[in-house]
Amino acid sequence: MGTKTLAAMSRLVLAAALAAALAGCSKQDAAPAGGSPGGLAGDLKVDTELQKKIQEQLLDAKPGTVVEIPAGSYHFDRGLSLRANGVTIRGAGKDKTILSFKDQTSGPEGLIVYASDFTLEGLTIEDSKGDGVKINDGENITVRGVRVRWTGGPKTSNGPYGIYPVKTKNVLIEDSEAWGAADAGIYVGQSRDVIVRRCHAEQNVAGIEIENTINADVYDNVATGNTGGILVFNMPNLTQHGYGTRVYKNKAVKNNLGNFGAKGTAVASVPAGSGVVINSNSKVEIFDNDIADNQTANVIVSSYYSTGYFTAGGTEPDYDPYPRAIYVLDNRFSGGGDSPDGLDLKTLKTVMFGINGRFPDVVWDGYRDEKRANVAEERICVKNGKAEVLNADGPNKYKDPKVDTKSHDCELPRLPAVELKGRTA
Amino acid sequence: MLFNAVKTLGALALTAGLLSACNSTEPVNFIAEGAPAKLSAWHLLKTGGMKLEVNAGVQPYDLNTPLFTDNAHKLRTIWMPGGVSATYAEKETFDFPLGTVITKTFYYPKADGSLLQTASAAYDLQQGRALDLSRVRLVETRLLVRRKDGWVALPYVWNAEQTEAVLSRTGDDIAMTLKDDEGRSHAFTYVVPNQNQCASCHVAKIKGKDIQPIGLKARHLNRSFTYADGTTENQLEHLVRTGYLSGLPSGEQMSGVPRNADWRDTKQPLEARARAYLDINCAHCHNPVGAANNTGLNLEPFLPMGRQQGVCKPPVAAGKGTGDRGFGIVPGQPDKSIMSFRLASTEGGIMMPELGRSTVHDEGLKLIREWIKAMPGACEAAGPESSKS
Repeated sequence: MGTKTLAAMSRLVLAAALAAALAGCSKQDAAPAGGSPGGLAGDLKVDTELQKKIQEQLLDAKPGTVVEIPAGSYHFDRGLSLRANGVTIRGAGKDKTILSFKDQTSGPEGLIVYASDFTLEGLTIEDSKGDGVKINDGENITVRGVRVRWTGGPKTSNGPYGIYPVKTKNVLIEDSEAWGAADAGIYVGQSRDVIVRRCHAEQNVAGIEIENTINADVYDNVATGNTGGILVFNMPNLTQHGYGTRVYKNKAVKNNLGNFGAKGTAVASVPAGSGVVINSNSKVEIFDNDIADNQTANVIVSSYYSTGYFTAGGTEPDYDPYPRAIYVLDNRFSGGGDSPDGLDLKTLKTVMFGINGRFPDVVWDGYRDEKRANVAEERICVKNGKAEVLNADGPNKYKDPKVDTKSHDCELPRLPAVELKGRTA
Repeated sequence: MLFNAVKTLGALALTAGLLSACNSTEPVNFIAEGAPAKLSAWHLLKTGGMKLEVNAGVQPYDLNTPLFTDNAHKLRTIWMPGGVSATYAEKETFDFPLGTVITKTFYYPKADGSLLQTASAAYDLQQGRALDLSRVRLVETRLLVRRKDGWVALPYVWNAEQTEAVLSRTGDDIAMTLKDDEGRSHAFTYVVPNQNQCASCHVAKIKGKDIQPIGLKARHLNRSFTYADGTTENQLEHLVRTGYLSGLPSGEQMSGVPRNADWRDTKQPLEARARAYLDINCAHCHNPVGAANNTGLNLEPFLPMGRQQGVCKPPVAAGKGTGDRGFGIVPGQPDKSIMSFRLASTEGGIMMPELGRSTVHDEGLKLIREWIKAMPGACEAAGPESSKS
């Protein structure tokens, strides 16, 4: 690894004469450093030349630059890094251009971007040690036709996030996929004005997650075979509190994969068999989805207190742990709730509904801001035909759970559609 | 005839030119544009006579507590043109004038054919001016150059002959084996960062995207140094006296200038040593405006330890980096703290810092673990009754 060859000095005609004159000073040039061709990361050959070429293009990129990565399967041992604004990275298609970062020696992401006006399209990123692609603080971000996957199946040692814009604004993720992420496949954090559409998330702990983000539309996606299908969370101690997410026209079906998230992370608190989960987030609409066969519950509405992470002094004073203004309506529910995750929930289900029974389609942990319990526009409203609501009585340590759909028979003002400026959406 | 005369003149000119690359009277060359392929173009460091010597006018300096880079030793220098100076700032990197060039040469002590993992200073700067190349192996020299539009980072990697360092924009991977004081061998891959990776640590404000030096802050520089002329002086006062720095509080007010502890100095409080260690290794990302401000973890040394500094703080984006632990720091319990787990790892996606090292800093980890163990307090799960509204 890293052998260097010497290049001969060009002024051969003077070499002999100068040797004496230059006693103590070198006349030989070293070849540029850059690693040997065909170096190894783990046991796998590394496409060093292509990796160097792409990284150099990224270093030299200016607004308008398009960095094209050809069709083929390539193995890189270093994550790629981009800092210039206005750049497009384009593969030949997510089935044609495959970048593997297996056993990478630095990163830890496959691709890290600190830039605005950025587009990533048409490629697959595999087996990064950290996140697949992370976009850290930028505006006008597009991820289109991109797949991130961990090829060894669901493992805690997989990277945490597949597609990960964080602290970004005006974000479009479409026609993309995530497989095997140990936290969330498609994860949007601490961002504003976001659309996630026509994506597929499978075998992740959380399929699609919107966290601490303001104004997000999540629609026409498929989340299946995850621990939790679609999550909308608000965690403490971050750069902003989120609200205003619409989850609609998605399929959140059969998300019953055992939770393989690292303990201590927010997603580790999600029971397997969760279709759509709201935690501590507010102004969230869940409508016109197909949510089925999620064995704990099709929809869970919960508070930060239920995660078990709340400690006195552990959140900033103005953190709001309650879900407010949650509107569940017009979804097509079927199945689910029949085999909840964990002994406590299984026992509760059996006691309440019998061995062959199931949890109602909407399970609420029961935590609410008692001081504002009568504020109409902050209620949890469910207008979904025959679907029922279980109040799990969390504040009383789940002593007296009951089905109480009537209390949630209400309406809320509808949220506006997310508009991403400057696009032909 | 004419042709031969031209050739001879050419030879003489070339000789003069090549000699001057090694000549001690050639001044530092500030290159305002482009990315020179060779470090020697800058005339900052001179090789020859089995020495690496700083050129005239180039000032070496050291930090109270340095960044850990795989047990590499470092020679840091600063140079700026005459007639301009940097402006003092209490907490941030000083404001440096156009033309400032900062270098950091990474090297390993060597003996008996082995590179050494040792804290011994016997291999370091001799007489305040030179490294003995028979006793050290140069790996890389990183430059930060203050140009018209801001700072530019240029990484140069030394050749095996130790005669020249060549620009390596996309970085490099170097197989390395170190022998420690007990004779044990440690093999690893030394990773030279690419130019964008320089920025990963050196961009002070993630929104601004401008590179800044990290070590050239009051609290890191505020210590004494023994210079080539034999004098020992406080580095900040030396910078003032040589015209490199203006605005330093003087006299009694000098006591208001911040000063980080030397992390190895057991006469200093454990907390000060640990905070200094976290400051230089972590705080360039882990601060309210840095690259890791999405984590809510702030490791600057200014505020008392609390939730934002990691005490009983749940992880945000750690993934497998939690090690199945629930909080950044659990007072009294390093084995339950995420911080010690991540410092002890060399696995991508778990290790922290995530760039800049390939090995564990055993002594640094020990310091942090001792500090956490001695920390009073506890993390208790609680319900809504205990929250303050």
